[in-house]
Formats: sequence, C-alpha cells, structure tokens
Amino acid sequence: MSALRIAGVRKRFGAQEVLKGIDLEVDSGEFLVLVGPSGCGKSTLLNIIAGLEAPGEGTVEIGSRLVNDVEPKDRDIAMVFQSYALYPTMTVRQNITFGMECRNVPKRAQDEAVERVSRLLQIDQLLHRKPSQLSGGQRQRVAMGRALVRDPTLFLFDEPLSNLDAKLRVEMRLEIKQLHRRIGATIVYVTHDQIEAMTMATRIAVMHQGEVQQFADPETIYNRPANLFVARFMGAPPMNCVSARVVSAGDGLAAVIGAGRPDAIQLPLSREAEAGAGAFKDRAVVLGIRPECIAEEDRRFGADERGSIAVEAPVEMTEPTGAETIVLMRLGGEQLLGRVSPDVRLPVGGNARFAVDARKLCLFDPATERLIA
Amino acid sequence: MLAPWLVHLVLWPPLLVSVVHIIGFTGYTTWISFTSSTLIPENDFVGLRNYNSVLASRNWTIATENLLIFGTGFVVLTTAIGLTLAVLLDQRIRAENVLRTIYLYPMAVSFVVTGTVWSWLLNPSIGIQKLVRGLGWEAFRFDWVVDRDMAIYTIVIAGAWQASGFAMALFLAGIRSVDADLYKAAQIDGAGPWRIYRRVVLPAIWPIFIAVMVILLQYTIKTFDLVRALTGGGPGIATQLPSLVVYDLMFQRGLLGRGSAAAVLMLLYLLAVLLPYFAFVQWRKRRNARHG
Ligand SMILES: Nc1ncnc2c1ncn2[C@@H]1O[C@H](COP(=O)(O)OP(=O)(O)OP(=O)(O)O)[C@@H](O)[C@H]1O
Ligand SMILES: [Mg+2]
Repeated sequence: MSALRIAGVRKRFGAQEVLKGIDLEVDSGEFLVLVGPSGCGKSTLLNIIAGLEAPGEGTVEIGSRLVNDVEPKDRDIAMVFQSYALYPTMTVRQNITFGMECRNVPKRAQDEAVERVSRLLQIDQLLHRKPSQLSGGQRQRVAMGRALVRDPTLFLFDEPLSNLDAKLRVEMRLEIKQLHRRIGATIVYVTHDQIEAMTMATRIAVMHQGEVQQFADPETIYNRPANLFVARFMGAPPMNCVSARVVSAGDGLAAVIGAGRPDAIQLPLSREAEAGAGAFKDRAVVLGIRPECIAEEDRRFGADERGSIAVEAPVEMTEPTGAETIVLMRLGGEQLLGRVSPDVRLPVGGNARFAVDARKLCLFDPATERLIA
Repeated sequence: MLAPWLVHLVLWPPLLVSVVHIIGFTGYTTWISFTSSTLIPENDFVGLRNYNSVLASRNWTIATENLLIFGTGFVVLTTAIGLTLAVLLDQRIRAENVLRTIYLYPMAVSFVVTGTVWSWLLNPSIGIQKLVRGLGWEAFRFDWVVDRDMAIYTIVIAGAWQASGFAMALFLAGIRSVDADLYKAAQIDGAGPWRIYRRVVLPAIWPIFIAVMVILLQYTIKTFDLVRALTGGGPGIATQLPSLVVYDLMFQRGLLGRGSAAAVLMLLYLLAVLLPYFAFVQWRKRRNARHG
C-alpha cells in the first residue's frame, strides 16, 4: 500500500521556483531519505507534505487520501524538526502530551502513551525537566518521543541529527534505524548528509535545485548514479569523474583516460556497459570510478580476476585516516583518488603500482551529464 | 583610528558632566533633605524632620495612593492593550508596517501634548461627552476629569493611550523572535491559534512582560508632565502624584528641604522597582550561562 504519493508538486517563493515538479511514491513501512545540498528545497517539500506550506501545483496523498486541503493536524503525521522545536516553557512530559491534550485524549491514555515512549526512548528519568536542562541528544530523543506518541501513518524528520556531535550522530542514526525496524513505521527523512542517507534509507531521493535527480534504493544510487550530480554528491570521498574516450579493444570496448598521451590508461568495459557505450564509440565521455575501485596492487576485486587491472601512477599526496589511506594520484594526466590499505607505504612524489576494479565503471554523456553505461 | 588624546577628550568630559549631574546633584539633594533649607539652601543638619513632615502630610498620602492606582491601572491597561495589538498585528496582515507606525506615533508625542489633547477630549463641555450628546444620547455622561474620585483614571487612560504602542512594539518583537518551528510543531500537534499563543508563544516571552512592566512602572513614578497638563493635579488635589508634590514644595512654596525629602522618597520608590529587576536580570544571565 502506498503511504505517500506526491505528484507534480511545484512551489515558488516570489520569483524563485523552489520545487520544479516533484513526483515520489513511498510504500508503507519504507524509510525514504530526501538528500541534497543546502537550499535544494528539501524542507520545503517536507513542509508541503506536512501541510505547513501549500503547494503551488500538484497533489499530496497520505495513506491513499488526497490531503491538499487537509489541516496539518488531520493529516495523521508526526514531525521532528531540525531545531527540535521543543516548547521551552513546558516540561518534557508536557511537551509529549501537548498534542494529545489538543486532541482531547483522556488523561489515562495520555499517561500510558508517555509511559510507553519514554521507556522506548529511555527518557523516563527526564520527564519533569525543562528542555533547557537537557543535552542535545536528550532533546533529540524528546522530540522523537513527541512524534512517537502519535502512532501516525507517516513520520517526517527534518535533519534531526544535524545539531548533534559526530559520535552521538552515529549512535542516534543506529537508534533511529532500529526504531524504524521495530515499529515498522513509514518515514520520510530529510538530510544533507549522504552517509545518513546511505545507511538508513530503504530508498533515496537525491534532490538538486528543486528537482529529484534520482529516486532509487541506496545500492543503485551508489553504484549506478543517474547523472554526474548524483555521482559527485553521494559517497565520501566522492566518485572520480574524469574525461575519457571510448575505443574498441579486441572484440569489446574500452575507456581510455588521457587518450593520445604516453601515460594513457585503458580500462575495458563490461559486457553490460558496452550496450550503452556503443553509441559513444570514438567519442568523449565522462568516466566515473569510485575511489575504492583503485587500491594497492595486490588487492583482488571479487572472485574472478579479469576485472582487476594493474596500473602504475605517480602519487601526489596521501591522507591516512587510520582505517585506510586516501591517495591522490595522476592517471593519464587526470587527478584521481584511490583508497589503499593503511599498511601500504606510498612514496609521495614517486610512482606506485595500483589495482583498478573495472567492473563498476560508470560512463556519462558529457553534454547531458546523464548516465549512459 | 583616533589619536589617543582625542579618545580621552571625547570620553572624559561627558563622563565628568554626567557624574557631576547624576551623582553630584543626587548627593546634594539628599544632603539638602536633611537640612532646614527653605528658599535658599542652609547647611544645618536637622535629621529626619523633613521626612516626617512630608510623610505626615495629606498631600503626600494622596499622592502615594494615586501613584498606586495610577501605577497598577496604567501598567495593566497598557500591557493588555499593547499585547492585544501585538497579537493582532502578528497575523501577517497587509498593512502591518503602516499600522505599526500609527500605533507607535503617540510615543513620539510629548506627554505635555498628550495631556493637553486629552484634557480637551475629556472636558465635558467640549470633548467626548459633548460629541456623544450631539449625536443624540442626551443623557450621556463622561465627566471623570472633573470628578474627584474618577479623575485619576483619566490619567490612566491618557497614559495608556500614549504608551500602548511602545508596549506593542516590544511584544511584537518578542512574538516574532519565537522560533518559527514552534508554531509548526504546535500546528501539527493540533493547537489552534488561541492555544498556540496561550500555551506556547506568550509563556516563551515572559521576560519581555517583566521588562515592559518595569519600564512602565518607572514611568509612572516619574510622571509629571502628563498630570500637569491634563488635570494640574486637580480637581483639588485629587490627582496629585509624588512628582507634583516635589514641584509644589520646592517651587511653589519655597520649601527646599521638604521638597528634597520628597524627591529622595521618589528615588527610593524607583529603586524599589529597579533594584529587584536588575537582580532578576543578573540571575537570568547567570542561569543562562549555566545552561548554555
Ligand atoms: N518562506 C520562504 N520565503 C522565501 N524563500 C524561501 C522560503 N523558504 C525557503 N525559501 C527558499 O527556498 C529554497 C529552498 O529552501 P529549503 O528550506 O527547502 O532548503 P533545504 O533543502 O531544506 O536546505 P537546508 O539543507 O539548508 O535546510 C531556498 O533557496 C530558500 O531560500
Ligand atoms: Mg532544511
């Protein structure tokens, strides 16, 4: 069953068109993450779903019911804000019960609901405190509690973790994910953090300049980005995107970085990729390759060895992170990032040998920036 | 960058002048209040004699009673009107800027002008009473300004008329400073506009209530020109206020010692309002620092 369907939603503020025709459909129980850079219209879209903002055009359906003209309180939603928006003069308990109070829920049922969520979120010790007496993580939990007492069709989260420090963020990320699994709720979650998107979502909508660039599951978004924007936005460090040339090699096709140069590198395309790349034979393309597909020379990618190609390249800089070392190298005149095992010592300024995984190459049309293979 | 000597030149003279005027004259007045000075200052110490005679006078008793009535009425009425206007203006109406300016205008008018205008409006033979009677309600009476028991309330009305815009501006600024997400959260929680104001917005801006009330309260203690122009303290001494008593003693009757004693008493009233407020502000600062 579809929990949320958005069709042709547009919104403008004055002369600026903030949303340019958004279509999304989310099934019940899904965890949809809206991700995109700051100012791309994520919050605006979430506010439109919540009914806090009216769409200029288009329809919003929640639980198969058209809600364009339904008040926020009657949309059967709950929302967690980036600023948490806890009522500063109320205690934690009052913050949680305020919505039920407005809906005239009997006192007994209110107490039971508070009991239930405060135990779930481990805030039962904090119920009598004011928001100003809570830490960031505790406030975040209370904000979640306020949403959870409601048991709505749809949860809306607007960057709920962006005000937390890095460690707490990772913890809360796991907690939200577990919570989602436990209560099986449908969640629309806004973030500009692509790691949050990758780790939590069952499906991701990547937004940019008021448009959905790609709407797919995390794996597809990561491995088959629909265009250069998605390719560069998702993943840290980002995907290497360099100009290349499609040529024929043996009975198949290959992409050449730095064609015509003495240090040109030739990467064979997989059978699947050849289908799309055929039209670009002997033409320029943009080649996308994830940094983890360039590793130290003795690394083996997958079971069969055909995908693994040995190259030699000058090392320009290394960045040890502890778990791995990010290395900036030059291949065919282009700068690329690779990720090597931390115990490999690389000569900065000298040459080193690397293994390249050619199975997951992405090719983009340089004119339209769309994925071609 | 200014030259160092210029900095000193700019800084010190005004500071010196202020210190002499505020501390110096306050100290001098306090000293005079303990002397038997009449038309010209004397330097003989007479203890609390002036204070006793001021406190025992009917004039001062009535002035203090009036101050209580005026203070309470003025603060409550002005706060209520200011808050109502602020909430109404907060509804994102089209002419907000124009209305805000109109409401703030009385603030720019001096109290003497307010007093004079309201003395005309309230004068039964030329003002509101005459107007309403002229419209046909022959039995209409509105002669508070000449009524011993009601005259003080006319001062409340005129004062509230003048200061409401100011209170509104402060309240509106406070309401607007409330995080927009709180409104959204309350809307999703299902609270109507009335409940949002009552439970979320107004409680969040209670420090502004205190600030507004303290500012208004210290206004009332210092009020002089408004009463002077509106009722002149009359009828009789029905709208006497402490500041008028000071003026009367010092400049009408030439009793510098007693006038100074009354002035010092006024200062004490003022401190009774301001000191707790400053203590409160300090307390809040410290508490906020603790909670980050
Ligand atoms: N009420 C408004 N009036 C005018 N412009 C607005 C309004 N709200 C948002 N905008 C504009 O719409 C665009 C999208 O805003 P939105 O808040 O949806 O961005 P966002 O994707 O949530 O960004 P962030 O990650 O920074 O929260 C921005 O350019 C913003 O300036
Ligand atoms: Mg946002």
